[in-house]
Amino acid sequence: MSDNKKRRHMNHDAYPDNYIRGILNSVKSIAMVGASPVNVRPSYFAFKYLAQRGYDMIPVNPGHVGKELLGKPFVASLSDISRPVDMIDIFRNSSHILPVVEEALTLDPLPKVIWMQLGARDDVAAAKAESVGIKVVMNRCPKIEYGRLSSEISWMGVNSRTLSSKRAPAPTQGMRLSLNRMSVGGGDTAASDRAAKNKSEQS
Amino acid sequence: MSDRLPGFATLAVHAGAQPDPTTGARATPIYQTTSFVFNDADHAASLFGLQAFGNIYTRIGNPTNAVLEERVAALEGGTAALAVASGHAAQVVVLQQLMQPGDEFIAARKLYGGSINQFTHAFKSFGWNVVWADPDDISSFERAVTPRTKAIFIESIANPAGSITDIEAISTVARKAGVPLIVDNTLASPYLIRPIDHGADIVVHSLTKFLGGHGNSLGGIIVDAGTFDWSTGGKYPMLSEPRPEYHGIRLQETFGNFAFAIACRVLGLRDLGPALSPFNAFMILTGIETLPLRMQKQCDNAKAIAEFLAGHPAVASVSYAGLPSDKYHQLARKYAPKGAGAVFTFSLKGGYDAGVSLVSKLQLFSHLANVGDTRSLVIHPASTTHSQLDDAAKIKSGAGPDVVRLSIGIEDKEDLIADLEQALGA
Ligand SMILES: Cc1ncc(COP(=O)(O)O)c(C=O)c1O
Repeated sequence: MSDNKKRRHMNHDAYPDNYIRGILNSVKSIAMVGASPVNVRPSYFAFKYLAQRGYDMIPVNPGHVGKELLGKPFVASLSDISRPVDMIDIFRNSSHILPVVEEALTLDPLPKVIWMQLGARDDVAAAKAESVGIKVVMNRCPKIEYGRLSSEISWMGVNSRTLSSKRAPAPTQGMRLSLNRMSVGGGDTAASDRAAKNKSEQS
Repeated sequence: MSDRLPGFATLAVHAGAQPDPTTGARATPIYQTTSFVFNDADHAASLFGLQAFGNIYTRIGNPTNAVLEERVAALEGGTAALAVASGHAAQVVVLQQLMQPGDEFIAARKLYGGSINQFTHAFKSFGWNVVWADPDDISSFERAVTPRTKAIFIESIANPAGSITDIEAISTVARKAGVPLIVDNTLASPYLIRPIDHGADIVVHSLTKFLGGHGNSLGGIIVDAGTFDWSTGGKYPMLSEPRPEYHGIRLQETFGNFAFAIACRVLGLRDLGPALSPFNAFMILTGIETLPLRMQKQCDNAKAIAEFLAGHPAVASVSYAGLPSDKYHQLARKYAPKGAGAVFTFSLKGGYDAGVSLVSKLQLFSHLANVGDTRSLVIHPASTTHSQLDDAAKIKSGAGPDVVRLSIGIEDKEDLIADLEQALGA
């Protein structure tokens, strides 16, 4: 299957692990739109975790320009970022996704991936991005997916849906973990994804 | 990475476990420790704030228990699981996330006697009101729904008589009512029935039974199917509202499709305290590795013994869904095609006295209050597990005075039949 064909037929109800794995293994810089400096917000700890795992993180939030998030200066919008970004991670409600995606589509070079957070889904915006070859992930958290594919999240009883008979290095802070474990079935997320989709269609 | 999906037996051995990162130990080590050191103050704060993955204290989580949790989540097809000290603890922890004082939940009338007691008495003192429905009459569940209904609770294969519940039909009622369906899958184990495939939102187990399988360790587990949307209508504030225990975190927003398992851990287990010993987790994990082999043998033995009893002149009737003449046979063929389980009842023409006499004459069957052991077990429910119920409730739950319950083990079936024959005959 060509990459192009795969993209057009991406089923946003159930992503193959290889699709998510490919994204997390290849992107280096991530601009997080809606990153919050409040340390109990999910965006704060996703930002912190991804930074600890070695991603080059850029916080985007017009309300906090002039401040820093874990040592990284906030920018007001995507167009204020002075270097290419591989992935845009959108921490906004479904109803605020489209303008962010439209702004992302004006960037040069284009980002390779647009990722919408848990609970966020906009199929129209996704189709626009996919039509110019950008990979899209919706209603997922990159921190959870990284933790799942590396099995780090298994420490919380989560079904990583992966197996390995290899001895892994003991995880330490600031270390990249291998995501290349064998994927297994189960823990299907289709139903909760549908619930989120219905909600975003209503809003 | 291939997309080939491993089968049940492979998951039973491998899911959740990998060689120990520090020592290379291949069997899952028993992390017999209460606590885990932090890297620094920031690491400690992130762990306590649910912001980082990792261990704090064994009441909240333990690496041995985590392997068990992931293993059972994988076998059931759920998103996450939480192991606790017993099956009963699992039931309390689940309902604590769903119920406020004055709320109701609907439960099938055919349940393990201990669950009937727990729901009727202990939960009543929390202000959680059980409303009983008849699993043989789906409309009785529909009629029981009120605006205060928060959940529906059933057993996949019901203790003691091994009757099979129409999970899909009841899940339709639950979906219409906008409440989660909780299925106690203890007697089936995921080898026979995976309730999530049939519409369950939460699965609970007494690990004490077939999953552990050797009659040596108590345990319970909660599996989150990841299928329920907890955010609608503010009906489930433990999941949808900011939690003061954790600086205003909303669990569903933060953890998505495994938020229920996290709520059970960080609001239930942390505060109620029924933690599973890592040693028990190790014993149960070892048991699970052979679950497919044991369960098949136990079902095959149970069917042979049910057939023998059905043809015996001292036996009035046999309730085993694996028999073609049984009322639940069609449901068994649909839900449990590999076998109808290994727990069933039969009644003796000689009534209560004949039951007591049988139990005293058996040589291989052990007279005790458990099921799902490698050994074959026998009990007279009316005088033991179901003795707290009044006579009408005993009969309704399948534990009348003439009823004897068997749990069939992995011994040679010829020896079990010979033991029953001598005890019934003389
Ligand atoms: C179907 C069922 N559910 C729950 C329980 C309670 O489990 P535990 O004894 O582990 O608390 C039992 C125990 O007999 C059972 O048979």
